Amino acid sequence: MEEMITVKNVSKNFINRGSADTLAVKDISFTLERGETLGIVGESGSGKSTVARLITGLISPTSGEIRICDNDIQKQRCEDPLGLYSNIQMVFQNPVESFNPRKTLGYGIDESLRNRGISPSAAATIVAQLLEKVGLTPDFATKYPHQVSGGQCQRAAIARALAVEPKILICDEATSALDVTVQKQIIELLDELRRKRDLSIIFICHNLALVQSFCDRVIVLYDGEIVEQGKPDDIINNPQAEYTKLLVDSIL
Amino acid sequence: MIKKPSKKLIVFTIMAAALILVSIFADRLCPYDPYAQDLSLSYNAPSAEHLMGTDTYGRDMFSRVIIGARASILSTLALVAIITIFGTAVGVICGYCGGKIDSVVMRISDFFLAFPGLVFALAVAALLGGGIVNAVIALAVISWPKYSRVARSQTLSVKALSFIQAARLAGDSPIQIITRHILPNIMGPILVTSMLDIGTMMMELAGLSFLGLGAQPPVAEWGSMMSNGRSMLQTYPWVVLSPGFAIFVSVVIFNLLGDTVRDYFDPK
Repeated sequence: MEEMITVKNVSKNFINRGSADTLAVKDISFTLERGETLGIVGESGSGKSTVARLITGLISPTSGEIRICDNDIQKQRCEDPLGLYSNIQMVFQNPVESFNPRKTLGYGIDESLRNRGISPSAAATIVAQLLEKVGLTPDFATKYPHQVSGGQCQRAAIARALAVEPKILICDEATSALDVTVQKQIIELLDELRRKRDLSIIFICHNLALVQSFCDRVIVLYDGEIVEQGKPDDIINNPQAEYTKLLVDSIL
Repeated sequence: MIKKPSKKLIVFTIMAAALILVSIFADRLCPYDPYAQDLSLSYNAPSAEHLMGTDTYGRDMFSRVIIGARASILSTLALVAIITIFGTAVGVICGYCGGKIDSVVMRISDFFLAFPGLVFALAVAALLGGGIVNAVIALAVISWPKYSRVARSQTLSVKALSFIQAARLAGDSPIQIITRHILPNIMGPILVTSMLDIGTMMMELAGLSFLGLGAQPPVAEWGSMMSNGRSMLQTYPWVVLSPGFAIFVSVVIFNLLGDTVRDYFDPK
């Protein structure tokens, strides 16, 4: 199997002025295989979002190594950021906040295309196609984030992430801010996209039931450490770690 | 995001624009040569011929007030533009980069904020010598930290939003993130600060000139005109009151404009 993401002994220490440092992620290692959907679950503050920001290069690890499509992320982020972000893209938790309030959705979606030297007219065509793929109409390109619903905005955010045809998609609590019916539509959209596009997905979530139905493999994070990993059914039916038992109890 | 401007905003914008136009075309609007001396006409009281009377040297006060608008209003606007641009640039860079640059530059701006502004401006103006350009430099040196404070705090709050991370994932360079995403979102409060500052700066500039550190005679500037006439306040009050009135009217107009601009940008 081809490894899309390799995380090896990664720790992240946030230095706080005047108080003790926060060790948000402690020596974690995992991989994401091609075509796989990996779920990361854990409570708030367990380091889920830190992991998302580490593997997208938004923050640097204190120690350890992260490779994206066999390139060292620290090196590639400085030397060839466009190359790195052609491989990996992210969908954020709060869809409305993930778009510039002063710019249209279309501006946000085609930004990565413009940065790659694609002409405005060609980019506009691609944006229209992307919007249709995620179940919106092309006229959404001219709307502002506050003019559309959360679900529509998240669809636009998925369109933005897919604009450069990435191999890996990180969904950082991408459905948490949406209501249940919209949540289901977004999951169905992601499911359709991963089948059609050979996408490898990291799905970060605190809802174990959702992870069970959507992911091939699950990592349970607790206090910055991986306490358990395996197939979702195994984890739910036979949890080993104390925290996983608590988590499973709380959903059943 | 475009709101309909209120009536007040339109009225004050027109009034401010009129003031600016007067100062630009001042030399064509003067009924008399503002620098022509005629001692036979000195200290004439306001009349139909000389609307604001004449001063010690028989110069027409009305013409001098109009030509003085150039030094007072245009240099105030230049001053506000300089500190807005410089202060915002410093604040955005500090807020975006953080770390050591931020700490060092912010301590420097604390230093300027801790000093009584006009006293420091006096020292700088005295060091550089009199003159309107030096007065503008002196006030710019002490006034930029306010803008860098506003810009920095706004940048910090905008930077925390996820659309900035999304822009990084789109491959934006730091400069592109600042110009495309941060500046458009922080311009509102900065613009309001600078509009409200026009009145204050006009007063401080006139203050420096009044103390003899701004515009030098014979250049007509409202502050120095008031200073020149102050001994005649009881005998020939128009020599002091006409430039004073001009300062009063312009400061009020720019302050009211600043207030309405603030209301315009206020979402409530």
